[in-house]
Amino acid sequence: MSAVSETGLASRAAAHASLVAARRLRPAEIAFWLMPIAGYFLFPDRLALLSEIAILGLFALSLDILLGFAGIVSLGHAAFFGLGAYTAGILGKYGWTEPLSGLAIAALVAGAVGFITSFLVLRGNDLTRLMVTLGVSLMLAEAANRLGWLTGGADGLTGVMIGPVFGVFEFDIFGVTAYWYAVGVLFVLFCLARYLASSVFGLTLRGIKGNSLRMAAIGAPVNLNLVTAYTIGAAYAGVAGGLLAQTTQFASLDVLEFQRSAEVLLVLLIGGSGYLYGGLIGAVLFKLMHDLLSDLTPQYWQFWLGILLVVLVLSSREGVRGLYLRVAARFARSRHPGRKGGAA
Amino acid sequence: MNAIASPGVAGSTALAAEGLVKHFNGITATDNVSLTLPRGARHALIGPNGAGKTTLINLLTGVLKPSAGRILLAGEDVTTASAQQRVQRGLARTFQINQLYAELTPLETLVMAIMQRRGNLMRWWQPVTRQREACDEAVALLERLGLGSVMAERTSTLAYGKRRLLEVALALACQPQVLLLDEPAAGVPHGERDEILETISELPRDVTLVLIEHDMEMVFRFAERISVLVSGALAMEGTPEEVAASPLVREVYLGGAHATATAAHARKGA
Ligand SMILES: Nc1ncnc2c1ncn2[C@@H]1O[C@H](COP(=O)(O)OP(=O)(O)OP(=O)(O)O)[C@@H](O)[C@H]1O
Ligand SMILES: [Mg+2]
Repeated sequence: MSAVSETGLASRAAAHASLVAARRLRPAEIAFWLMPIAGYFLFPDRLALLSEIAILGLFALSLDILLGFAGIVSLGHAAFFGLGAYTAGILGKYGWTEPLSGLAIAALVAGAVGFITSFLVLRGNDLTRLMVTLGVSLMLAEAANRLGWLTGGADGLTGVMIGPVFGVFEFDIFGVTAYWYAVGVLFVLFCLARYLASSVFGLTLRGIKGNSLRMAAIGAPVNLNLVTAYTIGAAYAGVAGGLLAQTTQFASLDVLEFQRSAEVLLVLLIGGSGYLYGGLIGAVLFKLMHDLLSDLTPQYWQFWLGILLVVLVLSSREGVRGLYLRVAARFARSRHPGRKGGAA
Repeated sequence: MNAIASPGVAGSTALAAEGLVKHFNGITATDNVSLTLPRGARHALIGPNGAGKTTLINLLTGVLKPSAGRILLAGEDVTTASAQQRVQRGLARTFQINQLYAELTPLETLVMAIMQRRGNLMRWWQPVTRQREACDEAVALLERLGLGSVMAERTSTLAYGKRRLLEVALALACQPQVLLLDEPAAGVPHGERDEILETISELPRDVTLVLIEHDMEMVFRFAERISVLVSGALAMEGTPEEVAASPLVREVYLGGAHATATAAHARKGA
């Protein structure tokens, strides 16, 4: 009797341990987050570029919440980025200069529009979702163009004033405050996303992405979870847009353009979706490639970027992560030729 | 209490279908099917390939909308209820073709299903690792189905027989009052088929069970009543003895015994 319950207890403990182990903080993650600190000291004169990377990384993370976790495809994610940018910019222009509350309002506005449009987006299949998300973003871009009195139209939104962060750190011409502000916001929101991914909600999203038919058959509120994910993703994108407007003290129509929606999708595909770091790694690689290639061949950098991307996607469907995993697996095999894959 | 326990009242019908019809552009996959399952029934649904068995399950569980007819779950009309609402009212199913989560482990799969059943919004935002009760329940269920040794492996790496067991475990995690099993042992080697049938037979007596199965030996071991579907319509319903003795069933279904069918034919001709 007691022997039975002891093995029962042991397997319960082992089961729980396996859940914990799959969600543990890995050393590579800590190393990853040391990079922004190293970047600051190694490239003190490239802080503007590094800030752009952090903002693009946050934007790609916001798309990852939709695509990588909930499995919702979008060709119009710039809609929320642009909404956030204009919200934060307009607030700054008309006297609401406190940056963190400005970001929070940008998140609320983008999240609210995400919530409302989610009901349109979630109705159809992948193809209709692409069309609806694209349509919503085109409508918003046109609206921003028409509302020139508010957005500045084609000239852009100028005269944006942003106060000091925490009332202490003024935005300086070297971009030091802007950099730490962007990296800090990215870090906090990343931690929140990581927490959500490890929650019951995060597990449910993985289930919906994996098999939505079965999800309904075990009684899961599929649409409620998708609406929530879409809203959170939109709010995150709004923060990314808000960061751009605040750190550059400017917003122009290109924050809403299709180009930006396509670019962020590309960034996420480069880094690989569904494991949270893909958007950040993709942002680093994309911006560095952009920077290097446009230095080498100012005219044709997009051509070379295109070639690199085609090669990457053809060699691995999961972006650089898939490439890394494949190389690592081959390396492990050649080092331990006698061992089978599942031995560990 | 007494009123519920007393037999013969409407409350003792677990699941009923009235005149269900389903058309797929031109084909009538379900043709005016009526079915009444008393609480605790051990019911088998048989019929040749393409007879409409899976379609009937899809109608009952809300995957498909019927072209006509009504569905009553514990006496309440659920014809327009969503699949999710029917699960919450105690109707669960397994799928003929595995519908699992390739990326998740069996343990994660069941913890997820158990959390859906509990539907606790406060816990929705808590880490999975804090759901000890759900985890313990999942482990108990996995061990009951002989999946204890593979519970932390990715489902996509499991052997087919194990995945088939997980398919059943996932439906059981919903703690259904009515469970519809669509060929749960299909493709499973003979030794492991018994494991599945035993697990099903060990379910509490008040759970209503419907089993679709082509293996007649399994059907006769399991069922107290059998419905025979042919070309979407209910050809007959009766006890296993009645069904086994029916010439109609022999002809259209057990007709696999070719000789019997030809013999019957020959007699008719004579
Ligand atoms: N979604 C669908 N669209 C069109 N036709 C369908 C659909 N689902 C099933 N059918 C058709 O309905 C009929 C019944 O199919 P169903 O899968 O219900 O049969 P079954 O009794 O489960 O067969 P099996 O024993 O092979 O599983 C078949 O002719 C099938 O082709
Ligand atoms: Mg079938």
